Amino acid sequence: MKAETREVTISVNGREMTRRTEVRTLLSDFLRHELGLTGTHVGCEHGVCGACTVLVDGVPMRSCLALAVQADGAAVETVEGLAPEGELSQMQQAMRDEHGLQCGFCTPGILMSMLAAERAGVSCAEACGDVLGGHVCRCTGYQGIRAAVRRRWAALPAARGEETPA
Amino acid sequence: MKPAVFSYLDPRTVEEALDALGEHGDDASVLAGGQSLVPLLNMRLARPEVVIDINRVPGLDASRVEAAAVRVGALVRAATVEKDPALADALPVLADAVRHIAHPQIRNRTTIGGNVAHADPSSELPAVLAALDGAVVLRSAGGERTVGWEEFFVSVFTTAREPEELVTEVVFPVRPELEFRWTEFARHHGDFPVAGVCLGLDVEDGVVRAARLAATGVGDRPVRLREAEAALSGAALGAETARAVGELARRAVDPPSDVHGSGDFRRAVLATLVRRTIDTWPDRSQRGQRGTAA
Repeated sequence: MKAETREVTISVNGREMTRRTEVRTLLSDFLRHELGLTGTHVGCEHGVCGACTVLVDGVPMRSCLALAVQADGAAVETVEGLAPEGELSQMQQAMRDEHGLQCGFCTPGILMSMLAAERAGVSCAEACGDVLGGHVCRCTGYQGIRAAVRRRWAALPAARGEETPA
Repeated sequence: MKPAVFSYLDPRTVEEALDALGEHGDDASVLAGGQSLVPLLNMRLARPEVVIDINRVPGLDASRVEAAAVRVGALVRAATVEKDPALADALPVLADAVRHIAHPQIRNRTTIGGNVAHADPSSELPAVLAALDGAVVLRSAGGERTVGWEEFFVSVFTTAREPEELVTEVVFPVRPELEFRWTEFARHHGDFPVAGVCLGLDVEDGVVRAARLAATGVGDRPVRLREAEAALSGAALGAETARAVGELARRAVDPPSDVHGSGDFRRAVLATLVRRTIDTWPDRSQRGQRGTAA
């Protein structure tokens, strides 16, 4: 069977990108191989590890569980969009300050989930619990990541940082 | 791994989707949230010739709260069910159960229709459907039918859906006389549970007037525990009833052993969940204090 292809246009970090790709291409592979955006990491490729999490129309999801053709016409945000001027985002800076990464493999996915969590106004407890629960980190034991989330949330408007978990 | 080669169709109306299913049904997989199908494609455990993506089909992503039932469109996302105040008001157990599905990043995509159509024997919603005596609406080019949960869930990953049929709606009856709770045990939040229980009780002055009990993870499909229900009916809430009914639940199922635990382990977890849920059931005088998890 010959591989079917389609033309796909996705706004990636604000730039419209058009490529012809096989319909079976995963969004994660489209970003990495077609667009060269290798900041989105591919770990388990079945939705468990969370390393490939990106925002599609603002919604965090696993890019390894979506086809690139499904994102045709959508706006995708990846880790490369967080520091366009070469200056770290506040969450990235918090991760650096709190030693929230070691090997860094899981970090891009966590940063994207936290960006969406910040925008959605979720509490610090929920960000440290339910949201971070969707990411597997094999280096840090999560202590540094949680410290980074607490640091970032503490800098948010008062009501959001209040219920800080230990 | 990567998916094997397939043809991709993205119909823009229900009719187009049904035509595609009519033509390719036997060789096609329906792609909704993709949180179960795409892993299967990636691992090549599923190799459909055609993938029919229904995400661009309008009209399947709405929920309706009616007097007798909550009707959830097949494409409604789990995350939407979690946050919908009308659904929470009409049927709080639905959101309680949904919150146990995986993680927020997955629930943003997971669909109610897909979850039910996938028929994972450890999934939450099939057991909720069983407890409520719910149903699934199936549509094909030839017409529409509503299939009760007992007929719909046939076996592991197997339902009564014909190849040319599309799940369009899941019907969760509202039973206002009963108060429902969801309890499950998983090794890690977000994993499929070892066992999960949906219990509905109507309690008056500490005595159970009516009961509904269904479980997941303890068989090849969701089960209603009717003997346990019968024993609950008319019984006084308390430790003795809780233990006796838990024991009945244990004896009613015979789950196979697998990598997650032996069959006996699953039965023991089920008995404990049932016992604990009954044991911690708030009586009417404490209704204002609901929310303490079992």
